[in-house]
Order: sequence, then structure tokens, then C-alpha cells
Amino acid sequence: MMKSKLFDYVEKDNIIYNLTGFTKFICFILLSASVMFSYDIRFIIGVGTISFIILRVADIRLKRIRMMLIYVSVFIILNFVLTFIFSPRYGETLYGSFHPIFSFSEHYTLSYEQLLYQLTKSAKYASAIPIGILFFLATNPSEFAASLNKAGLSYKAAYPVSLTLRYFPEMIRNYNDIALAQQSRGLDLSKKEKFMTRVKNTVNICFPLILVTLDRIEIVTNAMDLRGFGKSRRRTWYSAKPMATRDWIAIILCFLVLSTSILLSVFINHSRFWNPFS
Amino acid sequence: MEEKKLFKVTTKTIVATGIGAALFTLLFMYVKIPTGIPNTEIQTAYGVGAFFAALFGPIAGGLIAFIGHAISDSVQYGSAWWSWVIASGCSCFIMGLCYSKLDVENGVFTGKDMLRFNIYQVIANVVSWMLIAPTLDVIIYAEPASLVFTQGWVAALSNAVSAGVIGTLLLFVYSKTRAQKGSLTKEK
Repeated sequence: MMKSKLFDYVEKDNIIYNLTGFTKFICFILLSASVMFSYDIRFIIGVGTISFIILRVADIRLKRIRMMLIYVSVFIILNFVLTFIFSPRYGETLYGSFHPIFSFSEHYTLSYEQLLYQLTKSAKYASAIPIGILFFLATNPSEFAASLNKAGLSYKAAYPVSLTLRYFPEMIRNYNDIALAQQSRGLDLSKKEKFMTRVKNTVNICFPLILVTLDRIEIVTNAMDLRGFGKSRRRTWYSAKPMATRDWIAIILCFLVLSTSILLSVFINHSRFWNPFS
Repeated sequence: MEEKKLFKVTTKTIVATGIGAALFTLLFMYVKIPTGIPNTEIQTAYGVGAFFAALFGPIAGGLIAFIGHAISDSVQYGSAWWSWVIASGCSCFIMGLCYSKLDVENGVFTGKDMLRFNIYQVIANVVSWMLIAPTLDVIIYAEPASLVFTQGWVAALSNAVSAGVIGTLLLFVYSKTRAQKGSLTKEK
């Protein structure tokens, strides 16, 4: 059975949690962009290590993120194997040289170039995780929409996000109720059923959930319209926090990381890839 | 029939987006139909996404898939896979373009509507999963093209099945629950 505790934000008093949602959002974007842009494994591992240290500083326990780490590991390993199966000589194209290590066949020859490319890629995915987790677990959901709005997004675009986070746990509760009720009437979703029956049974669970959802949309829309939502160009947010000096410092630091990523590519590596082979 | 504007944002669009995205997130994470082929599942979320896109328009549809996919990725993996999140948003956005031509909320969903919805849906899936997602994968993550285009094929096919079967079914059943305009006749 699924847990509705996915978004259980727990308030903590430490340097990371005390940053405003806006700061965390901007830092998340800057750091993710820097890792996404670079293909220099030294830089990527550097950012990844720093993010893991920050994770410790923020007092986020390994126990809380264990499931994510398992999912990501499976994903990275799968991607690693698939990449080799589909393009075993891709590293050659990228780095323009070929130093074989050993070969299964002429096409499936593992080279140092391929190994570096695949390791860099895996490191890229792995180091994006602590950045995302930091942002996701350490940001108050109701402050999140406020920070999107502050970052320049129209509040009409930011508001759905806060609605989503607000209604997600309720959606899970509804789903569980409906699924249990339907299963007690004999609906089977497992592999034992034929494919089309399974599709039909899934629709039978989804349909009441969707009707409930459409009703709720009607009710919430009316409630918001009655309170004059969308009449003014701007709005204030109950949970928005004012910016402090530490917020600006954090943003500047993250900005420096992104600049390093770009400068490294432009002036030292002369491409997004670090090429030790030439 | 009142003219429906494709890109008009009302309070209802906003609320439908928010709550719809919560539903999308839930389905995306937990409600998948195993096909029997390992690691390939039919995502019911895209069927429901298509349904919402047809009902509330391209803006709501696109944002529902974008927000829903981004949040469920973040919860499961700690970080979103941006190229596919963007492709998700695009697919439901394009599907939503048939919104102004449908009138499901007034109980009208004819065979012609069904065909129209499915044409939009197939185009949306082909463009998003066979063009946008692999291209972004190559640009952002420098993935080998042959791998991502194969993945794109699989995704386009399974998402088109989801939108085609579940989306059409939902639209059809939903239209039956709505009273048609002028369905009452005066007794003599």
C-alpha cells in the first residue's frame, strides 16, 4: 500500500533549512544546470561531493532517502548496460581517439574512451541526486509556490504547483479507498488477468477517482472565484520569507559554480567534454 | 455552442491544472499496467492526462503532465529527467489542441470526435516521444542517438496506447454522465 507521507516536510533549524524557498530554488537551478552542462568528470564529482556534504549539513538522514538511492542505482546501472549494448563505440566518436581495453567482438570493443564517457554520464546522474533531494526535502511545500512567483513566474502559473502539493496526499487517500472498494468487489489488477481485462479494471478504479477529482475542481474553482482569485495583477504569500544576507551568499556561490562549469568548457577543455586522450 | 478559446486561462484552468497534476503524479508513480514485456509498462497517467487535456485545453494539459512528471520523478529519483519531463508536457499540450473542437462536458462525443481526438493524440505522441525527447536527451545528456530513439519508439507506442484506449474510454464514459443540451422534451 502506498504511503501518503511522501511530502512530509519536517521543519528543522539549520543553515540549509533556514534559507528562503526562493534561494533554494535558484541554487537548485544553477547547480543542476552546471552539472547538466559539463562533461568533465572531475568537475562533476567535485559538485557531487560538495552536494553530499551539504546533505550532511542539512541533517538529511540516509534512511529517508534510501528508496530514492535504490531507484537511482537501478536506473544508472540499466542505462550503463543499455548504452554499451546500443553504442559500444560512441566514446570513439566523442573523443576522436580509440584505446581498446578488451573486446568481445569487433563491434563490442570496450575502450578507455567509452569507459570515460559512460562513467562521466553515470557520475552526472548520480551527482544530480543530492541537489534535487536537498531542494525537495528542505523546502516547505507551501513556500515553494511563493518562491516560483518571486523568481518571476506569474502567480497564476505558480499557484497550480501549490495546489498539486496540497492535494496529492488527499488524492492518495481517495485512490486507496476506491481501490480497496473495487478489489473487494473482485477487480484484479495483477498479471493473472488478461491484458484487456486489466486495462478495463484499471479504468474502473480510475473512473470514480476522476469523477471525484472533477467535482473537487468545480468546488475549489467556485471557492477561489468567490474570493476574487485572479482579480489583481499581484498577490502576497502567507509563507514567503524575506531574503537575508546568507541567501545572497548562497546564490552567489552557486552562480560561481555554474560560471566555473562554463569557463572550464570554454577556456580549458574547449568543449563540453574533458578529453585526456588528445 | 459557445466558442472555446484554446489559450484562455481562467480560475478553472488553474485549479484543473493543480489538482489534475496531483492525479497525474499519483497515477504516474503507482498505477501502471504491466504489458508482459519486462520494463515496459503502460502509463495510465498519459491516458488521464489526455482526458484532462481534451477537457480543459492545452495549457492545463501541458502543465498537468509537466508538473506531474517533474514531481513524481523528483520523489522517486530525487531529481527530474528534464528531457522527458519537457516531452511529457509537450505531448499533453498538443493533445489539448483538440479541446476547442470537442464538447464533451455537454455530453457530446460522437464517432467523429473520437477519431479527431485520436488523430491529435497520435500526432502528439509521435512528435513528443520520437522527436522532442530523444533530441533533448542528445543535447542535454549527450546520450547515444540509437539508444534514445529506440526508447522514444517504445514510449510513443505505449503512451499512444494509453491515451488511445484509456483516454478515449474516459471521454466516452464521461460524456455519458453529462446531460446533453436540449435532451429534455416537453410533454404534450
